[in-house]
Amino acid sequence: MNLFEYQARGLLGRYGLPISPGGVATRPEEARRIAEGLAMGPFVVKAQILAGGRGKGRFLSGFAGGVRLCGHPAEVEEVARAMLGGVLVTAQTGPEGRSVSKVLVAEAPQISRELYLAILIDRGRRRPLVVGSAHGGVDIEEVARESPGTIHRIWVDPQVGFWPYQARELAACMGLRGLLLTQTADLIVRLYRFFCECDASLAEINPLAVIGTEKIAVIDAKIGLDENALFRHPEIAAYRNELVEDVREGEALKAGLNYVGLSGEIGCMVNGAGLAMATMDILHRYGGEPANFLDVGGGADQNHVTKAFGILMADPRVRAIFVHIFGGIMRCDVIARGIVEAVSHTKPKVPIVVRLQGTNFEEGKAILQQSGLPIRTSDDLADAAQKAVAAARETR
Amino acid sequence: MAILVDGSTRVVVQGITGKAGSFHARACLEYGTSIVAGVTPGRGGQKLDERVPIFDSVAEAKQASGCNASLIFVPASGAADAILEAAAAGIELIVCITEGIPTLDMVRVRQCLEDTKTRLIGPNCPGVITPGQCKIGIMPGYIHKPGPVGIVSRSGTLTYEAVWQLSQRGIGQSSCVGIGGDPIHGLGLQEVIEMFDRDPATEAILVIGEIGGREEQDAAAFWQTSSRKPTAAFLAGVTAPPGRRMGHAGAVITGAAGTVEAKIEAFDAVGISVIRSPAEIGEGMSKVMAATVS
Repeated sequence: MNLFEYQARGLLGRYGLPISPGGVATRPEEARRIAEGLAMGPFVVKAQILAGGRGKGRFLSGFAGGVRLCGHPAEVEEVARAMLGGVLVTAQTGPEGRSVSKVLVAEAPQISRELYLAILIDRGRRRPLVVGSAHGGVDIEEVARESPGTIHRIWVDPQVGFWPYQARELAACMGLRGLLLTQTADLIVRLYRFFCECDASLAEINPLAVIGTEKIAVIDAKIGLDENALFRHPEIAAYRNELVEDVREGEALKAGLNYVGLSGEIGCMVNGAGLAMATMDILHRYGGEPANFLDVGGGADQNHVTKAFGILMADPRVRAIFVHIFGGIMRCDVIARGIVEAVSHTKPKVPIVVRLQGTNFEEGKAILQQSGLPIRTSDDLADAAQKAVAAARETR
Repeated sequence: MAILVDGSTRVVVQGITGKAGSFHARACLEYGTSIVAGVTPGRGGQKLDERVPIFDSVAEAKQASGCNASLIFVPASGAADAILEAAAAGIELIVCITEGIPTLDMVRVRQCLEDTKTRLIGPNCPGVITPGQCKIGIMPGYIHKPGPVGIVSRSGTLTYEAVWQLSQRGIGQSSCVGIGGDPIHGLGLQEVIEMFDRDPATEAILVIGEIGGREEQDAAAFWQTSSRKPTAAFLAGVTAPPGRRMGHAGAVITGAAGTVEAKIEAFDAVGISVIRSPAEIGEGMSKVMAATVS
């Protein structure tokens, strides 16, 4: 679960990291008032979306840049007006872009040097990894390719923890001396404390900036949090509702379903995450594109199936629905009854293709066929996927 | 022979009085697994179905029943504790089904397990089965069939689909191990492949991987140095968008190594046959096996 920049700033601020003064606005006038409340300009206005590359992005309206410098509060209002309600396309958003409903307005300090700092989980070594570089403000994967020697890493022994000497060592590797070195070491220790206490999966500050000659500041922060740990952070779990950019994902979240919205035309409902991904892949192989990832869970029941159908059918992108269930512990006849119930209740306008396999699949298929509902079935995965792709084309 | 579990494995179920715990304990018993004890703190002295004695702790269960493997259904907030308790009691094999354990808990659990002889499978996995002998997990037992193919997978229902396709073709399995979908977990793809490599009952290996991390790449590198039993692989997530978590906590593309393309490249480079369609897993596996016979 990735946070918006303004949420990340709020959390890091609580841990005493140096954040430039500013605030978040949903209306242009509000953006202006925030700027008026700050010290002298320049100010920066930043579109809040969950994707990178904002600075070089472009709005569908033609307005250039999701990050803009402004000299006066009036200009802040103007820029905010152009961004709010617009759709920003960046290298990371895909051509459909992301709509902007919030902008961050902050003081734009005079940056003299840009550094890089991050903490993440190294899956291979199974421990937290603290990364620092004197090269910030650019894509770190690019730095890693071009000048790998400038990236410094400290793996943290989970039983010993992260200590100030390690932070000083990293700060020194980042080219810092004197007051900047001690300030940055303190910041890294605080960031590590945040990482552990909030169960983060990624805390990336890029750039971490040197302001003038003796101040350090967080300019942009990307925070990812471990969804598995939300049960012990109710205050962070509340952020989740603000994070939903896709209406469909909001509905799925309320229904407790594992859902990711995509841009294709075939609505998918599958049990199990791996099988759900494989199902998306096979549709793609036959020239179709999934409208979503949806895992109804290994123990899906009628209730889950009905809710999932509701979400798929409310999606205007969906031109066909593909239900793919491998009955293990969950029997196919139970799933089939759930499908019949949901379809007779909601009367979908798009064709439905169902593949049931595993426990009691023949009984399940018979239930679907005898229901008199327009449901197409197939036992074979390849055949079912092809039927779903063909069905989506019919309704075009 | 098989790997990890066989007819002599004696199992304790942690969280045996819960809904999932009791349901699956019964299903394992029905399959023929020796479920010799259960643990639910505060319920010591009771029995499941007047058959399986329940204890307050794993240590007591071990002393009374001689169990050497544990199957965990404890909810996520207490699952890391349950794993550590089983390890402290000297259980040799822990299979943790629980989904949703915080990653930083698993970081600490793995660190603690380094100093023990305990092996962990999972969490967030279907478990392990040696068809016809022992099932420690939630997979439907009847789809399996004893035979020569060792399966190791990061997924659940996708593995059942693969097993189904193999069994339909008359190809049985030596053991099937679901290592789980979390970023930090117990036995990895490479370690299980090493076990299959040494297991005389395993003649061929099927690897089911997915997006995220670089375990597939490491496994491919190991396989090249092994005795190279005929091996095929399927990888899920060609169409998964970067940066989004696809169900499994570990299934998120965070860098170039996490993509299916990078993993296919790694397998191709060492000569592991990559099956491109999930509908052709059975067919692909049988081709790989036939090619080595002739």
